[in-house]
Amino acid sequence: MAFLQLDGVQKFYGANAVVKGFDLDVTRGEFVTFLGPSGCGKTTTLRMVAGFETPTAGEIRIDGRDITALRPSKRNIGMVFQAYALFPNMTVADNVGFGLKVAGRTAPEIKSRVDEMLEMIKLPHLRERYPYQLSGGQQQRVSLARALAPSPQILLLDEPLSALDARIRVSLREEIRALQRKLGITTIFVTHDQEEALSMSDRIVVMNDGAIEQIGAPFEIYNQPRTRFVASFIGTLNVFNGVILDPAAGSVEIENQTVYAARLPKDVKAGEARALALRPESLRIGQASEGRNSLEGVIEEVMFLGSVVRVRMRLKQSAMLIDTFNDAAAPPPARGETAKVNFAREDLIVIGER
Amino acid sequence: MKRGSLGAWLAIVLGVIYFLAPLIATFEFSLRLKRGEYSFEAYRLVFASGDFQASFLYSATIALATIVIGIALVVPTAYWVQLRLPKLRGIVEFITLLPLVIPAIVLVFGYIRLYDSSSILPLTGSVTGTNILLTLGYVGLAMPYMYRSVDTGLRAIDVRTLTEAAESQGANWPTILFKVILPNIRSAILSGAFLTFAIVIGEFTFASLLNRPAFGPYLQLIGASRAYEPAALAVMAFAITWACMGLIQLLGRGARGAIDTR
Repeated sequence: MAFLQLDGVQKFYGANAVVKGFDLDVTRGEFVTFLGPSGCGKTTTLRMVAGFETPTAGEIRIDGRDITALRPSKRNIGMVFQAYALFPNMTVADNVGFGLKVAGRTAPEIKSRVDEMLEMIKLPHLRERYPYQLSGGQQQRVSLARALAPSPQILLLDEPLSALDARIRVSLREEIRALQRKLGITTIFVTHDQEEALSMSDRIVVMNDGAIEQIGAPFEIYNQPRTRFVASFIGTLNVFNGVILDPAAGSVEIENQTVYAARLPKDVKAGEARALALRPESLRIGQASEGRNSLEGVIEEVMFLGSVVRVRMRLKQSAMLIDTFNDAAAPPPARGETAKVNFAREDLIVIGER
Repeated sequence: MKRGSLGAWLAIVLGVIYFLAPLIATFEFSLRLKRGEYSFEAYRLVFASGDFQASFLYSATIALATIVIGIALVVPTAYWVQLRLPKLRGIVEFITLLPLVIPAIVLVFGYIRLYDSSSILPLTGSVTGTNILLTLGYVGLAMPYMYRSVDTGLRAIDVRTLTEAAESQGANWPTILFKVILPNIRSAILSGAFLTFAIVIGEFTFASLLNRPAFGPYLQLIGASRAYEPAALAVMAFAITWACMGLIQLLGRGARGAIDTR
């Protein structure tokens, strides 16, 4: 049975639908990420789980109990905010112990738990510091410890890494994931950063315009995007307008060139226009070997990025990006040269929805 | 020296002269009660006066009551407006500004008409009632300053996120207000309190027309009948004001309301 359930959750501000019919089951101990662009409704959904927003319709249940109308302070949910939200008037230890104090725990209990939490985030030496004396990364770790100290049922993370610099972001996301695994706490993470979502999550909920576009494991979301939006939002993707030639054979046409897909959506018909997609890293420059697809075009641009060389090739109308590893023995083609790229049939994605 | 820098220094010097010259002159004058020598005789006379002590104590008490009621009224209001009713901010600001626009004399006549002995709430019919009316009148009079101070303090912190963070930790509204919000706007509240104290301690119109033995009417009385004592009182008033400011700085710097988890 799902530990956290969102059934038909909707949120309207006046006539404006911010979240439209959101259904999700999260199992105990799962790490689920809400991913989408700004304004897609991911934070509003998270805030409805936290109790800071009331759904216009639908139900939210934790462990079978309906919490839709329950006040945030009664939900036993820990939350980490983008802006840290540490209490400026309190020391690190006081911040971490706040929820325990509010819950009426005894002083020795609070001290013991605060010590445990500070050890966990590896900041026991900063217990007497005030938030303004900490770096952004340290503040966010304290915020995480504060959220976890009262042993919440669910941990909510609202873009907790957005305000940090790139290096800290990577190390902290690894720490968060390791802690989550160690504690086995059910976690909802909100981000607009696809790399964070792909690297941390058990499952990703991709959202757009208040609705769920796709729910799946990172591998599935990346390799089998179900909609054009997911295909374009996750990673870099070459998207083409194609036409289905023979559904049985898996043949499709891209700008008068025929290629084959290993999988086609069940509902496709011959002659139907569909969006086709190819990841830049799945393309190889050169003549196709037996059983692989091939497309011909003109090299427009060659960008040397160090370990990767990014090549832009133009077909008749569309352009495509090709990422190849740098190889000193095989220099990339020159601009203006006619070249062929090849790719496996499994790499051609036929987008499920039109 | 650059021309811009010279201009700035000139402005500072003129400003200092403008503010300090009358103060120094007043102080110098207050020391000349005894002919041919400087002395603190005027100050001794003021302190020895029973009327001074009584009126100052009365005004200080009324000021403290005004501050307590003002804080109790303004802090939750400003907090709620900031958190839940931001659209009402304009209306609330307009209301809090009204005491600046309406002259005190008009306000006090309005109060007297509304709360005289023939009204359903005859506050002016008794000493206690008049004291309550005076205090509430002062709360209104100090409202623009108290509200602005508190509102500025609230804007300086992320009220919404701090409130939500506390809520997610299981805190109820009184805990959030007293443990999280108030300690973080302590300096702002102290500023509002100081301004309120300064307004009330020297206020004349309300106290005089409600016939209360406050410090303002006492100052007026002394000013009309004596020469050196009013100057001594003016210098003392400045000293009290500066002491308050110093105290605010001191308390504001050390503002730490913490939960002991050690």
